[in-house]
Formats: sequence, structure tokens, C-alpha cells
Amino acid sequence: MSAAAPYTRHHPRWYRRRVSVWWWLESWRYTRFVLRELTSLAVAFFALLALWKVYAIGAGPAAYARFLAWMQSPVFLLLNAVAFLFVVYHSVTWFNLAPRAMAVRIGGKRVPDWVIQAGNYAAWAAVTAFALWVLQRG
Amino acid sequence: MQRGPTPLLWTIFSAGGTLAAFLYPVHLFLTGLAFPLDWLQPPSHEFALRLLSHPLVRLYFFALISLPLFHWAHRFRYTLYDGLSLKHLTVPIVVFTYGSALAGSLAAAYLLWRLP
Repeated sequence: MSAAAPYTRHHPRWYRRRVSVWWWLESWRYTRFVLRELTSLAVAFFALLALWKVYAIGAGPAAYARFLAWMQSPVFLLLNAVAFLFVVYHSVTWFNLAPRAMAVRIGGKRVPDWVIQAGNYAAWAAVTAFALWVLQRG
Repeated sequence: MQRGPTPLLWTIFSAGGTLAAFLYPVHLFLTGLAFPLDWLQPPSHEFALRLLSHPLVRLYFFALISLPLFHWAHRFRYTLYDGLSLKHLTVPIVVFTYGSALAGSLAAAYLLWRLP
């Protein structure tokens, strides 16, 4: 579709149907795929939030208090809630695809998908519990 | 035959995606919902600073910020190509996505480095 498509007399112009920007609303499967791909925005959102928090903690108690107050504003509560749902969706889709990204073999036999998935979910639960425990000691 | 930086970018994409999958829900839940809504008590500044100043925790936060930013860069690049049919804007998209991830990582390194 690019204007500079390299075609010659012996390699004629491609026929390509124009696809709407909203192609992914045509079917639930496509919608789920696009929602999964859009989780990257929630990931970037939290990375920036963490960066902001590191800055605030380093800048002193007043900056830290301002950061905590910002998190209580309706705009950030809404953004955080939406981002949280997308981040959880990222985790679930990531763990469900893990067996396909990494085929583990033990003794020449392929470990069943559900074992890898269950292992991932168990590790997720353990990491989450550990993080909650560390931060509750303050 | 794969050439260029694609295999490396794919590895970083995977590492960042895995890190985010395991750790982002709990962090976002605490920082973004549980503390602001008073479900849980946020750590005092003193405790937060003491925790964050530990060399291993600094390293942890650097990885927590940097790798998922590159995960975003890689995935969002293809979202822009496919979702918005912007394949012809490859160069500006690559500069914007990986450049932002690099800038965020440098900022994280700097802030974590100069913590008291």
C-alpha cells in the first residue's frame, strides 16, 4: 500500500484490499488479540509510575507525600484500576502461552502444558505473597 | 537466517514480559489501589528509603522498570504496525519506542544511583 512500492513491468502492482483500522472489532477472537497486545501500554504506564515513585522517595518525605496524594486523585485511581486489569490480563495470557514459547523436556518426554502453566501460576502466587509480606513490615 | 538485532530484542521482550507478568500486578495493586484507597498502610518514607537504598533492591527496581519498558517498546511497535497500518513509518516508530525505553532506563539508573 506504500506509494513507493517497488513494482516493474514483470512484477506488477500488488492487489491489497484496504483494511479498516477497526478490523479487530469484527470478531471476539481478534478483539482479544488486540486487547492482549494493548496490555503493553499498561505495562509502560506502571514502569513510569515506578520511576516516579523512585524519584519521589529519593527527593524526600515531602515529595513522597505528594506522590501518595497524587495516587489518591480520581484520575490516577481510574488509570490505576484500568491498568491493573490490563496487567493481570497480561499475566494470564503470558502464563497460558508459556508452554508454547518454551517446550520443556524431561527424560526425552515433553512436559505437559498444564504442568508448566500450573508451575507459573504457583510461582506467581508465591512472588505476590512475598512482595506483600515485605511491604507490610514497614 | 536471522540477522540484525531482532533475536536480542526478542529475548529482552520475553524477559520484560515475564518480569511484568510476575511482579506488576502486585506492585500496581499496592501502589495504585491498596495504598491510595486505605486498604493497606503505605510504608513510611523512612522505611521506603531504607528498603530502596539496599543495593539489591536498587538492582531489582532497575530491572523492574527497564526490562518491561523494552517489552512495551517491542510489542507496541508491532501494535502500531498492525493496528494502525503504519508499517511505512518504521524508522520513526523504532526511534520513538526503543528510544523511550532507553531514556526511561537511563532515568531509572540515574535516580537509583544517586539515592542517599
